[in-house]
Amino acid sequence: MLRLDNVTKVYKVGAFGGKTLTAVDRVSFDVRPGEVVSLIGESGSGKSTLGRMILGLVPASGGSITFEGTPVKPGKAYYRNVQGVFQDPFSTFNPVFKADRVFAMIREAYFPGVADADWTARLRTALQDVRLDPDQVLGKFPHQLSGGQLQRLLIARALLLDIRLLVADEITSMLDASTRIDVLNVLADLKERGLGVLYITHDLSLGHYLAERTVVLRHGEVVETGVTEAVFTRPLHPYTRQLLAAVPRMHAPWEDAEPVETCLYHKHGATGRLYAAAEDHLVACARLGDCPKES
Amino acid sequence: MTALQEVATRKPPASASVRREALYFALRNPKLLIGAAIVLLFLLAGLVGPLLVSATPNEYVGKPMDPPSSEYWFGTTTFGQDVFAQFVHGLRTTFLVGVLGGGIAAIVGMMVGFVAGYRGGLVDEVLNMITNIILVLPALAVLLIINAYLGIRSVGAQALFIGLTSWPWAARAIRAQTFSLRGRDFVDLARLSGANTWKIITREIGPNMSSYLLLTFILLFGNSILIASSLDFIGLGPTEGVSLGLMLQNASQWSAMQLGLWWWFIPPGAAITAIVGALYVANVGLDEVFNPKLRQT
Repeated sequence: MLRLDNVTKVYKVGAFGGKTLTAVDRVSFDVRPGEVVSLIGESGSGKSTLGRMILGLVPASGGSITFEGTPVKPGKAYYRNVQGVFQDPFSTFNPVFKADRVFAMIREAYFPGVADADWTARLRTALQDVRLDPDQVLGKFPHQLSGGQLQRLLIARALLLDIRLLVADEITSMLDASTRIDVLNVLADLKERGLGVLYITHDLSLGHYLAERTVVLRHGEVVETGVTEAVFTRPLHPYTRQLLAAVPRMHAPWEDAEPVETCLYHKHGATGRLYAAAEDHLVACARLGDCPKES
Repeated sequence: MTALQEVATRKPPASASVRREALYFALRNPKLLIGAAIVLLFLLAGLVGPLLVSATPNEYVGKPMDPPSSEYWFGTTTFGQDVFAQFVHGLRTTFLVGVLGGGIAAIVGMMVGFVAGYRGGLVDEVLNMITNIILVLPALAVLLIINAYLGIRSVGAQALFIGLTSWPWAARAIRAQTFSLRGRDFVDLARLSGANTWKIITREIGPNMSSYLLLTFILLFGNSILIASSLDFIGLGPTEGVSLGLMLQNASQWSAMQLGLWWWFIPPGAAITAIVGALYVANVGLDEVFNPKLRQT
């Protein structure tokens, strides 16, 4: 459904744009219908930039992003199929307007002919789909609602459009543990309905809970990607191992990641960006970026 | 009724539109009401007053240097002109210059500021360059030259000149504000809702700084009045008619202060101060009306 092929983003930095900064470096992966793909990486790894490129909010410097075979072109037609929810619910709502204005904007842009009663019914259904009580949230200002309510309002907004792909950029990082589970369950429901979800997060356990496939990003490059179970139980790249070792566990003492003696990539004399260690389990060179063989 | 219930009942009904709701809070804001009342009072005096007094305020009608009396409410000048008649006519001119000059400057400043701040990049560089050039242009010298060659001496021309020279700082302020707002997620969300640049500026960024824009207009309005007064003072004002600035200039020129003719210079001076001050107070009130977080309830 969504395919990224060698997507790159280069920013010009410095006083006269003389230096460049590569935020995303030749990233390729797919998102299929009814599948949650989690994009995991630390701050500054380029995961939000990727999300914004998929949503057409920033142009890519190289590579191609296609949705159903056609290149992404930001505009009404594309946003009918693909929507995003952002990290900070309080900043996503214009503070001077009531929160339900986000629905009015959708109605104005996409459903100008729909009658009031019909629209109200659709709105109530969408709100119930995200487990919100319509009477409790409609007609309120953003600061009168909680972060969890606001995030679910935004998911309901996306549902009004019958979207096929949702880009969820760190949508749970501002929420407390109980509302976080509510939002995650809403995402799980979406998956059941056949939506593709790109779940961008730095939280490994949430990614594990939700995603079919995982993409681990480091310094803008994919270091390991594959089926979530495989990546989490048999991590092949030292960075992935470090990440997994860094997750605090109950009933277990803290352990450092085991060092990697042999780099799979070099052992097999692999060429190209990633080495296929198993079917649907790709891994980058283990020398963390300074691999001489890298193309 | 508990305090909480009272607050709850004072909330407008949920179905009220944004505009109705703003009006609801506007009518309950003392700062806005007092400020607007003072401005409207002067505006009314400027609109209605000239109809009640002589249409020719510069005529020599009474005894020279007469203190305020029932016949001449604000007394007379050194030459026996009716100060009250001059005052109400002057208010009319002053409001006209303020609204026209401030309005032109505000519109140009907003256009340049919004477009430069939102689009960024090359558009921003070019607009910023133009802004800076106008900013450093010595307005007074330019006016002297224009005046010498074209000899334009009407209130409208004065307002146009003031408007076209005083917008740069407003453009810079609005650009900076727009710059900080365009990175907010709600702008991205509007783009995801299919909104174009114009819609995002007018419906997302603009309303967010509506009180700021009004403050800009108010400051430009007051600024126009002050510039007009200084132009009048150096003899570049309108040749016909009367304005509050011209009254002050005449009073100063004919030593009203030294002669103790306080009724000649205090009314125009107090009126300028009161109008600009009241607009500022109204603006603070409007900030509370537009920003739900600042509301008392």
